[in-house]
Amino acid sequence: MVGEEGWSRYANIMGLGVFIAIIVVFGLIETIEPFGLRFRDLTGGMITFDTLIRIGILTIVVVGLNLLMGYAGQISLGQAGYYGIGAYVSAILCTMAPRHHLLPGISDTWWWPWLVIVVAMLVTGGFAYLIGKPILRLRGMYLAMATLGLGVVMYTVFREGGGLTGGHDGISGIPRLSIGNFTFWPIERYYWLVWAVAIAVIIIGLNVINSRVGRGLRAIESSEVAASTMGVDTANYKVQIFVLSAMMASLAGSLYAHFQALVAPGPFGFVPSVELVCMAAVGGMASVWGAALGVTFFFLVKEVLRARMHQLLGVGGEYELIGYGIILILVMIFMPQGLSFGGAKALEWLRNLKVFRRAGDKETEPRAEQAV
Amino acid sequence: MGGEVAGNAILEIGDLKKEFGGLIAVDDVSFDVQRGEIFSIIGPNGAGKTTIFNLISGVLPTTDGEIKFEGDVINGLKPHVVAGLGLSRTFQNLQVFNNMTVLENVMVGRHLQSSYGMMSAGLRLPGGRREEKEIIDRSMEQLAYVGLDSMADVGASSLPFGQQRLLEIARAMATEPKLLMLDEPGAGLNRPEKEDLDALVRRIRDSGVTVLLVEHDMAFVMGIAERIIVLDYGEKIAEGTPEEIQSDPEVIAAYLGHEEIRVI
Repeated sequence: MVGEEGWSRYANIMGLGVFIAIIVVFGLIETIEPFGLRFRDLTGGMITFDTLIRIGILTIVVVGLNLLMGYAGQISLGQAGYYGIGAYVSAILCTMAPRHHLLPGISDTWWWPWLVIVVAMLVTGGFAYLIGKPILRLRGMYLAMATLGLGVVMYTVFREGGGLTGGHDGISGIPRLSIGNFTFWPIERYYWLVWAVAIAVIIIGLNVINSRVGRGLRAIESSEVAASTMGVDTANYKVQIFVLSAMMASLAGSLYAHFQALVAPGPFGFVPSVELVCMAAVGGMASVWGAALGVTFFFLVKEVLRARMHQLLGVGGEYELIGYGIILILVMIFMPQGLSFGGAKALEWLRNLKVFRRAGDKETEPRAEQAV
Repeated sequence: MGGEVAGNAILEIGDLKKEFGGLIAVDDVSFDVQRGEIFSIIGPNGAGKTTIFNLISGVLPTTDGEIKFEGDVINGLKPHVVAGLGLSRTFQNLQVFNNMTVLENVMVGRHLQSSYGMMSAGLRLPGGRREEKEIIDRSMEQLAYVGLDSMADVGASSLPFGQQRLLEIARAMATEPKLLMLDEPGAGLNRPEKEDLDALVRRIRDSGVTVLLVEHDMAFVMGIAERIIVLDYGEKIAEGTPEEIQSDPEVIAAYLGHEEIRVI
């Protein structure tokens, strides 16, 4: 018997294959330019390596957020803060340490930035652990407000950090990543690196969901009481997934720092945190694939509006935000479970067709009575 | 019926009390459940039966009194710790995990019988994969035990009501409990389903698991339980064998006050 595990594994491997194929085909076409064909020309400069790298980086953040929100049912309105910690730790340690000759022989090697990425993830994870312990006792609105506050605090530290964070101007001169003499730059090289990491993160996300831990998390989302009486340590699991999602955000932040070569407070404030939650929601809450889908959708809509709004309506500037808001609202009205839901429904339909399975007649029981 | 009582208590409840605000839901209730028996708690709606389950399983904190499981005091322990001691339960208002398949629901029940964590899961380390195979095999066995193995891949929420009850039992049994607490397992079932449930509960008991049963259906309880306590307004008003309970005037009065008692 195949079993659900077998099926979902099969579907995920298929999905992964298609996904990787898209990434590879795009990368190759843009690099080789067969017959002078380039996506950036075909799409009027909308889909470029730059856009896709940003999509890849944010996909890493949103996969983590999706695990936290979609599977464990815990909201975080401060995720951009962890993203910022990753970016700033990378920026600070990769610029200041060599400049001030801290750790000579280490901080000036090619592997120092890589080590810093790991350090940043551990720092962010440790911070999320200490914060998560008390904060995750809160539920719903209260948790949202607490994480929101946390995000604002982190943003303020980035902005007011003086010499350490560079204030409004931030930190510039962050080196590119390299292995020995091979530097991940120009941009197409960085594209491969970012998407390799993003795909690894997606695979890790899928593995976590289809595991003992993932089932525990989904159980919490469905019925916390039942989960706990089945032996799932709900408090501990919430903290664990909070830490994991923060570490993913930190990893993405480091990749962002080495991509921009400049880190300033802008992308780590409250609005970016809300945007991240929107991306997760639009893509589909309980879906790792939804993460990539949501981020891509978000970016493309933004880019299309930026490029075309003035042509369509003869207006420009801030009006793109209105169009953007309307599209988000429409998606949430017509696909409340997100874009990936439509795909999942189609798959389920195909599957039922194939097996000709009869799910028993659904009876509902009008019963709400509860002793005391 | 089911052989002689083993003579050692698996669960000892002493002067258990629970107040919600000013309302006393459970008032100084004491009883012992012997290893290997089917013990039932009955009583009219609002008598405090489900509250007692919530107290024993650690879902609600006790106000006063003592709960001993295998001789150790377990009040104040968190639900997942209580589950780890070998105490599992089902829910009167179904708490099936609707976002999972039937098989995955039971696999959650194997949580404590496995141990691999986030790291092993994310990287699919061999230890975790070995455990995962074991989890699937054991869970399929549990599904076969309650007769749901053919529904393994179906989304749990699409199961008919009666089968969701069975799924909860399979999930609880997957934890390999010493004491299984069933909260109105027969509610909403039709007659043939109830007969199957009767047989299933006996099979569970015969496999060495003690059963604590809260139930409304008198015919069902009187047929299956070896000992019964009766609650009314949070107080224990009677304790004994089904025969003793049926002839107890206080019990009859309590039931006549609420609903009709149908005795076989």
